[in-house]
Amino acid sequence: MIRFTRVTKEFPRTGLALKEVSFHLARGEFTFLTGPSGAGKSTILKLIYLEEQPTAGEVKIAGASSVTIRNKDVPRVRRKMGVVFQDFRLLEDRTVEENIAFALEVTGVGHTTIQLKVARLLQLVGLSSKGPSLPRELSGGEQQRVAIARALANDPVLIVADEPTGNLDERATRGIFQLLKDINASGTTVLMATHDLELVRSTQYRTIELNHGQIVFDSRADVTPPDAGASV
Amino acid sequence: MRLAWREALLAFKRAPMLSALSITTIAFSLFAFGLFGLVALNIRKALVEVEERVEVRAFIVDGTTSESTSAAIADVRAFPEVASVTLVTPEQALDRARRELGEFNDVFDPSILPASLDVRLKGGMRDPATVHAVAERMKTYDFIDDVRYGEEWVEKLHRIRNVATIAGILLGLTFATVAIVIIGSTIRMAILARAREISIMRLVGATDSFIRSPFLIEGALKGLLGGLLALAFAWIANYVIGHFVFRADFFDIRLSVLGVLGGALIGVLGSALSVGRHLREV
Ligand SMILES: Nc1ncnc2c1ncn2[C@@H]1O[C@H](COP(=O)(O)OP(=O)(O)OP(=O)(O)O)[C@@H](O)[C@H]1O
Ligand SMILES: [Mg+2]
Repeated sequence: MIRFTRVTKEFPRTGLALKEVSFHLARGEFTFLTGPSGAGKSTILKLIYLEEQPTAGEVKIAGASSVTIRNKDVPRVRRKMGVVFQDFRLLEDRTVEENIAFALEVTGVGHTTIQLKVARLLQLVGLSSKGPSLPRELSGGEQQRVAIARALANDPVLIVADEPTGNLDERATRGIFQLLKDINASGTTVLMATHDLELVRSTQYRTIELNHGQIVFDSRADVTPPDAGASV
Repeated sequence: MRLAWREALLAFKRAPMLSALSITTIAFSLFAFGLFGLVALNIRKALVEVEERVEVRAFIVDGTTSESTSAAIADVRAFPEVASVTLVTPEQALDRARRELGEFNDVFDPSILPASLDVRLKGGMRDPATVHAVAERMKTYDFIDDVRYGEEWVEKLHRIRNVATIAGILLGLTFATVAIVIIGSTIRMAILARAREISIMRLVGATDSFIRSPFLIEGALKGLLGGLLALAFAWIANYVIGHFVFRADFFDIRLSVLGVLGGALIGVLGSALSVGRHLREV
């Protein structure tokens, strides 16, 4: 599903964010990405949802390669994944329903299909009664559920979440995590960056830990590709 | 596509003041352009009228037989540049002179004026070079004495027309550029106000053309409305001038439609430039 091969990312002013990072995520896997602030977690996620290009090395996502991909193919690849952020990134002047429908309209889905799908997604994230509400009328946990519903709108094969529980209290955190686990259980690959070590330790999921732009720990190093072996 | 239209219309509702402002600026730049267009239109019309009067007058030597004159008329009529040839007898020449110049009121002897062939040229063949060529060809008949065609006058007329055309094109381009820049920057404000929305659209897999289309529609609508407003302003200005100063021609339907469509085109170009820039930056 995702393969990083000796990926280096250098930013103009801040320098190296990632140094020759290699790892592989199999289809259907749930993986945590941890590490201190500035370790490079968000950078890895940005490379995955194609917001950034690697300085060196290759990122492969769902059959596309960062080396060969053309700009016009980026939208098609992004439709195969859903992205969730700490700050939810909902459109404040639109209702919950409209926020979810938005992701479907963008890909040219028909009106009736959109209505059916939005209702189903709201039910899935437990917000069936909140369709006509505005984001500011919801709690943080509820807003994150809307964002997750939006991320799921195009039936992605992959969910990328950048500290999705970072702004939530413990109860809401558990709710969101449970939702992501359910999504994973239905076959979707999930990669979640988090600071919440308690959450990470409470499960058996694979954990990749970064520090200073390098992988310092991988709970399942055996599945990393052989060419990454030398650098670990 | 439905979404694109809805987004474009929503843009007007979200920022009514900004939209009104940009439509008015577009209207004013197109109005300035339109006023100049009206001036150019009327200068052109006046020039065409004046130009129609351009003629070559060949004076016939006294005592030329009417047979050779008729043969010459037939010859000249066959020139490709020539629209018509009229024989002006000394009597007719005196009549005309009396009408045009007061000094001739006391003259009664027609023989003091020579007979002439008055040659009118076809439209589009009245430029100095052609007129000169026709005059030279007529001089080759030995019973033709002298050929006059107001060389200086024809040349001056042509120069005025060329200058007016070039000035019109330059000013038109300047106004159009100003309008594009104005539309571009108002759309840019709209884009910056919606930068977050655009980044989210991209994240959920919207293509650039999908993101662009509501802005292009918005630009086209603003240009169209600005164009209509400008047309109304120009019509009022023309009416007021017609009422108090002199009657001037107004654009015909075709030019009016063209002008309003030009406004739409300016709107589309302005927003295309803005959106293109924004999409490249992020
Ligand atoms: N757009 C950017 N321009 C310049 N430098 C950047 C950019 N994005 C990230 N960096 C740098 O890359 C490094 C890694 O940043 P990143 O955001 O990936 O860290 P992180 O692990 O997500 O941290 P946090 O836990 O605080 O979110 C940092 O040193 C940061 O300054
Ligand atoms: Mg981060």
